[in-house]
Amino acid sequence: MATLWPFISQMNPDASTIAAGAPIEVDLSPIAEGQDIKVFWRGKPIYISHRTKKQVEEVRKVPVSSLIDPATDQSRTKDGHEQWLVVIGICTHLGCIPIAHEGNYDGFFCPCHGSQYDASGRVRQGPAPLNLPVPPYQFVSDTKIQIG
Amino acid sequence: MSGPSNYQPSHPALKWLEQRLPIIGLVHSSFVAYPTPRNLNYWWTFGAILSMMLGVQIITGVILAMHYTPHADLAFKSVELIVRDVNYGWLIRNMHACGASMFFLAVYIHMFRGLYYGSYKAPREVLWILGVIIYLLMMATGFMGYVLPWGQMSFWGATVITNLFSAVPYFGESIVTLLWGGYSVGNPTLNRFFALHYLLPFLIAGVVVLHVWALHVAGQNNPAGVEPKTEKDMVPFTPYATIKDFFGVTCFLIFYSWFIFYMPNYLGEADNYIPANPAVTPAHIVPEWYYLPFYAILRSIPNKLAGVVAMFSAIIVLVFLPWLDSAKTRSNKYRPLGKQFFWIFFVVCIGLGYLGAQPPEGVYVVLGRILTVLYFAYFLIVLPLLARIERPRPLPNSIADDVLAKSGRKAVATAVVGLVAALSLFAGSTGDARASEGQENPPSAKWSFAGPFGTFDRGAVQRGLKVYKEVCSNCHSLQYVAFRNLSEPGGPGYTPAQAAAFAAEYKIKDGPNDAGDMFERPGRPADYFPSPFPNEQAARAANGGAAPPDLSLIAKARSYKRGFPWFLIDFFTQFQEQGPNYVNALLQGYEETPPHGVTIPEGSYYNKYFPGHAIKMPPPLSDGQVTFDDGSPATVKQYAHDVATFLMWTAEPHMEARKRLGYQVFVFLIIFAGLMYFTKKRVWAAAH
Repeated sequence: MATLWPFISQMNPDASTIAAGAPIEVDLSPIAEGQDIKVFWRGKPIYISHRTKKQVEEVRKVPVSSLIDPATDQSRTKDGHEQWLVVIGICTHLGCIPIAHEGNYDGFFCPCHGSQYDASGRVRQGPAPLNLPVPPYQFVSDTKIQIG
Repeated sequence: MSGPSNYQPSHPALKWLEQRLPIIGLVHSSFVAYPTPRNLNYWWTFGAILSMMLGVQIITGVILAMHYTPHADLAFKSVELIVRDVNYGWLIRNMHACGASMFFLAVYIHMFRGLYYGSYKAPREVLWILGVIIYLLMMATGFMGYVLPWGQMSFWGATVITNLFSAVPYFGESIVTLLWGGYSVGNPTLNRFFALHYLLPFLIAGVVVLHVWALHVAGQNNPAGVEPKTEKDMVPFTPYATIKDFFGVTCFLIFYSWFIFYMPNYLGEADNYIPANPAVTPAHIVPEWYYLPFYAILRSIPNKLAGVVAMFSAIIVLVFLPWLDSAKTRSNKYRPLGKQFFWIFFVVCIGLGYLGAQPPEGVYVVLGRILTVLYFAYFLIVLPLLARIERPRPLPNSIADDVLAKSGRKAVATAVVGLVAALSLFAGSTGDARASEGQENPPSAKWSFAGPFGTFDRGAVQRGLKVYKEVCSNCHSLQYVAFRNLSEPGGPGYTPAQAAAFAAEYKIKDGPNDAGDMFERPGRPADYFPSPFPNEQAARAANGGAAPPDLSLIAKARSYKRGFPWFLIDFFTQFQEQGPNYVNALLQGYEETPPHGVTIPEGSYYNKYFPGHAIKMPPPLSDGQVTFDDGSPATVKQYAHDVATFLMWTAEPHMEARKRLGYQVFVFLIIFAGLMYFTKKRVWAAAH
């Protein structure tokens, strides 16, 4: 069994791939309210949205129990930075990239199989089973985050 | 492969070899003296056809591998260079790409034949299971091969399919990372897929040897489904089966050549002529036609894990077929109920294939669920039940009796042709069902290069080049076209000197020189058209966020849905000018004021034929903008038509060679098939 391990382990990401997947810092100051940017981390697109007051109010008003994958907006954002939403832009259905600012929930719309997410990245209409995942990140300062 | 041979070579050298390695005896007993049932019909020639296809795929594949670069940055380009620069590269690539579809078409016919005539029943269970293993290996090979050109559909197909494994509980994400060798589909994924795509066909060949071995132990099944009893039931493999297989193979080659030479992109996907881009998802991600029924099963189940399990079960259930169907009668010819259910099942499979290509919404989802239930019901309910309640019709006493009672062999041959055509058309329909939706199709223009004898109108290509140079090239690159191409046969028809002079008008960046600096020099024929922007970001920034696409392949990378019944007719008329029609229509499709109720965002323009109608490109052409030396009218209509012709040439510079060689191959194959048919009739004259 131990002999087999190197032959399986070699398939995992190699050292340079892991190194390239180190945390990145993103400056938030150029993103105006209502805008969003897409950055790549570990080959995955990450949406950073500067949400409007209206969007934040709306997603916090939704009863959590009515969601497909129940989660509060508070649990998906950082306290004191509730205008910022950071999510991995990969549809949880089969891995396509949803389009921001589209769909019926003022959030994301996946063009592949029609999943819709709200402005908190929570799935509101199938076939996706889960919310858009929130990557590990923290605020380094008020206008800068570190992803990873 | 059927026990010790009684073959005795007469030549001393062969005798010497035979005593040390009885290989000639093996071949003789397996493929010459080997007895085959007298009543085999043409459905039984698909074994030979599949062997040929495996050979074709391995040979063309090894050749392509010699020219291909398995790297995320270079793969797409290397495929284009194979098609453009390698001698007969376009032919070998078309053979390999269309060959995959033909291979699957043949294997499906082979499988349905086994299903209809009960070829999986005792004593042939192991033979059947080996076949299922080959089919699974083929699916894996086909999938990985489709990833290699590294176009948009390659990349996103790979993403969707590898993500299937993320449905595995607990280990899902780790498995997917292991498959990718990274955190998303990327260069390591491409590299390992290439290695495996090269390896698996040889594994298939190995299992095929076992499959043939098992076949030669159990003996072939036959349409009557009764085991041979006397010598009268059998004929020797050579010449009887050999000549029949040759005729079948030749007919199949004619069908195959229709795709290679005339419809190379009919079964393909326009999006795959756009290089892979991890930041943009195509609107519809659809697998190749041969996976569509299983894709439909996957999507019809709302739970992700259950969907993946159902999809794999749909294939694995075939392994248990010999025990699920316990009916004593093999052939459905003698099973009145079994026959009806077989054809219902056949329609269910075709229906699932159709649904796999449709967007998963509304009525398609409901239909998908119904057909999925029917698919499994056939194996798990219908077949076990039929075995208990059905009263089969009396079987013939022997194969010889079956042959004597038989009439209408021709009907079978017609059925073969009919079914092959129907299946391929179905495949084509799925290809067409994926393009843009919800808007008017571009009108079909008249093109000199359409049809089996089409050639480029030299004047139009030259005028199109002028329009590109003076207008389009300000924003659009043409990176796969070199100046030398302008003087190659089948193109605008310039002389090498004219092409060199044309090149010299351009400034090309070269270097570094001895001092280590980059410098500019006049272009040479070997240089490629320089791009107007240094990189994609610069192009995007200068054009309001939308990078102008490279135009080299645009005539093949854009398409639209033709709809029923046009896709059927297109197969016979060889219509494949969607790309030039689109380019032509787009350039003329601008309207000053959008129709009522349509709002166009700031900085965009209304275009009738652009998907979504809001295009960032301002109307590029106006009357009188470019003057032609040959007196052609300086109108937008003329410009659009000429530039579309030019771009069809840049997308496929060897189109004329393809159609010319196709004509020669067809003449040869049709004559050869005729000779084969009459030889076969002669050989079989005594056996019927």
